[in-house]
Amino acid sequence: MTTAEQTPLLEIRGLRIEGRSEGKWNEIVKGVDLTLHRGEVLGLIGESGAGKSTVGLAAMGYTRDGCRISGGSIRFDGTDLRSAPMRERRRLRGNRIAYVAQSAAASFNPAHRLIDQYCEAPVQHGVMGRAEARADAVDLYRRMRLPDPEDIGFRYPHQVSGGQLQRAMTAMAMSSRPDLIIFDEPTTALDVTTQIEVLAAIRDIVEQFDTAAIYITHDLAVVAQMADRIKVLLQGEEVEEADTEAMLASPREAYTKSLWAVRSHARPERPPAGPEETPVVSVRGVTAAYGEIPVLHDVSFDIHARRTVAVVGESGSGKSTTARVITGLLPPSAGDVRFNGTALPPSYRARDKDQLRQVQMIYQMADTALNPKHRIREIIGRPVAFYLGLSGKRLTERVRELLSLIELEPDEFIDRLPSELSGGQKQRIGIARALAAEPQFIICDEVTSALDQLVAEGILTLLDRLQSELDLAYMFITHDLATVRAIADEVVVMKEGKVVEQGGKTAMFRPPHDPYTELLLSSVPEMDAHWLDRLLAERGELPAEE
Amino acid sequence: MVARRLGLGVLTLFVISLLIFGAVELLPGDLAQEILGQSATEETVAAFRRELGLDLPAYQRYLTWLGGVVQGDFGTSLANGRPIADLIGVRLGNTLFLALYAAVIAVPLALVLGILAALYRNSLFDRAINVVTLTSISFPEFFVAYILIVYLSQTGFFPSIARIDPDAGLGEKLYRTFLPALTLTLVVTAHMMRMTRAAIINLLASPYIEMARLKGLSPARVILKHALPNALAPIINVVALNLAYLITGVVVVEVVFVYPGLGQLMVDSVSKRDITVVQAAALIFACAYVLLNLLADVLSTLSNPRLVHKR
Repeated sequence: MTTAEQTPLLEIRGLRIEGRSEGKWNEIVKGVDLTLHRGEVLGLIGESGAGKSTVGLAAMGYTRDGCRISGGSIRFDGTDLRSAPMRERRRLRGNRIAYVAQSAAASFNPAHRLIDQYCEAPVQHGVMGRAEARADAVDLYRRMRLPDPEDIGFRYPHQVSGGQLQRAMTAMAMSSRPDLIIFDEPTTALDVTTQIEVLAAIRDIVEQFDTAAIYITHDLAVVAQMADRIKVLLQGEEVEEADTEAMLASPREAYTKSLWAVRSHARPERPPAGPEETPVVSVRGVTAAYGEIPVLHDVSFDIHARRTVAVVGESGSGKSTTARVITGLLPPSAGDVRFNGTALPPSYRARDKDQLRQVQMIYQMADTALNPKHRIREIIGRPVAFYLGLSGKRLTERVRELLSLIELEPDEFIDRLPSELSGGQKQRIGIARALAAEPQFIICDEVTSALDQLVAEGILTLLDRLQSELDLAYMFITHDLATVRAIADEVVVMKEGKVVEQGGKTAMFRPPHDPYTELLLSSVPEMDAHWLDRLLAERGELPAEE
Repeated sequence: MVARRLGLGVLTLFVISLLIFGAVELLPGDLAQEILGQSATEETVAAFRRELGLDLPAYQRYLTWLGGVVQGDFGTSLANGRPIADLIGVRLGNTLFLALYAAVIAVPLALVLGILAALYRNSLFDRAINVVTLTSISFPEFFVAYILIVYLSQTGFFPSIARIDPDAGLGEKLYRTFLPALTLTLVVTAHMMRMTRAAIINLLASPYIEMARLKGLSPARVILKHALPNALAPIINVVALNLAYLITGVVVVEVVFVYPGLGQLMVDSVSKRDITVVQAAALIFACAYVLLNLLADVLSTLSNPRLVHKR
């Protein structure tokens, strides 16, 4: 595929990038080299903060606000992007180098139709006329297997589903037939079943046009399907680089090995609770709607003390709505939620302080769930004061205990602001805040999906330990089956607001499955470069359009 | 949705009419006594009150008044007996003319300056334009007006008295009212310009703006084509508020330039205790506010594809 004497399409040497925080410039990319030949796909992996996206954007000669390139060179097909004038760089962007962003929903302009956004780059760069670009858009929409390719372009972004938008964005990146596309975590925000369609479509189109690509992701199994070579980054430095198969078979560096190892973690299922034991939380025949739109249909399941029930399903399946019903934010139209055998009032307004105290939540985005102006002392102290009535010295003492419980040094953390914490530490504070109420039951809503694998691992271990120590019951909402494998005792599979299957974890991961569970399970990428090929061959066709 | 918004607008006007009527009721003094003077006997005053309808209970007078207003009949002036519709008609036309004149200058100017300030944000131009507009908004209107008179009228460029003849040609009218229009422009531009700038800059960190930049588009295109359409709703609302101000808040400017507008009529009527005229003028001002805000809401809705094109 590549020969040594060919001049590379992209050659980055000793790239250094600085980011500005709190008035100081800190190096965030520390001398990265990267070589990419025509038609080649390089996978760039690492945790958040590793500098993957920053390097990807630098390949377009672009840095985000508050960042600057401080050293090294970036040569694209003979042009030095660092020294080239702005006008020259703009001529390349969207024309010969294109970008596919993580969230298509946020990266399409809400004010314009898809096809107009498609045509913009080729028309502005003079690659083709508007009429020609429009015809071309329909062709590419068809190649990306979008439904209704003739008309889908005339919709606005909000009228198209997430998976379809991501494919429309890949089509848009192709519009000027670039030599290089930067894919920045293009499937991270998608459900596993949708992810497969997008991965397959991206891979096909990159092959069809022989486009070179940098594929950025934190998901090793995904990058294994897409890349010819893989480069691992850690805190702005390269760890190692090798051909995909070699990297998967025998990673050299300890860090890479540790990334590989995370996925093998799994806690054995605890024995099911006896029939005489009253469940802590019992959801019974709950039906609920947002206004006129029905969301949940007759949902029933039990959660016992010291057990974790994982609720899985694609986005829109009703997982979070179930949590809203349990917490009383959304009163159900039929059915009820029982706590230790007694029915809770449907609305949180009607629940007394003790009932409120018993049900706590931990959220997906620890970033937005913590008040940025409050110190840790206040964030954890408020529920302690509110629910348990402690104050003064006893309050501080309790906050310190809680901090020790979540394995953060009290002296060091008690007076920090959320902005002075890492993602994993913020999530730990979220856990401490839930524990502060001394509940029996905690709802964990996708608590690890915004975190890197190693950090997520730490959070899961912590939750596990707290469960055994404090006899907690967890409801774990997730779309990640690896997390389920790691932490659950029982699994509830939801689809379109209904429970399609439920039972013990071990049984759930062993065939035979309900067809939908089977689809979910088989859609989880595996650490095998040929997994996607095999899966597509097995399924024959791509799954039907949503 | 638009129908509901319209209904709310009508309801607002109804509440305002109540407030206006109530507030006027609370004014001290008695019109009949005022007109007839201190020497009038009690009988004469009572008879005169009966003639004017002032002896009826408040709610009856309110209903009669409202019924007339709905049919376009504002009643007659208590002070000189002329129909209010005639009194107000010409004045309202003058006020609207001046407001439109100022708006035609100020709105495009503010939008263009705001967009340029966003495009060259933090540059010398941006800072200069901010300082100038903020300065002009910080001075009281009459001060701005007198400064303009000193520099543009006493040097002989423009007349300082904007008394216009109804039969004058458009060019003549525009020339005579240039100074008041310019004063108003200086007063309202800063607000609209700063909102335009802020609404656009607010969006520049969005992923879709980054996407537009990564398509290699020029900075001007990024702002005009990608940021501006999404910033329209707040801009439209500020423009509407300022237009309403141009109609209702110009009393001082009218007085300084002796311009025969509605504001001046209202002030005169208050001092003459001409209650019916005051009520009518206040109601017209309220209408201007409600209508312009209604229009702004409808336009903001139309500017948002998410509200116009349902899933």
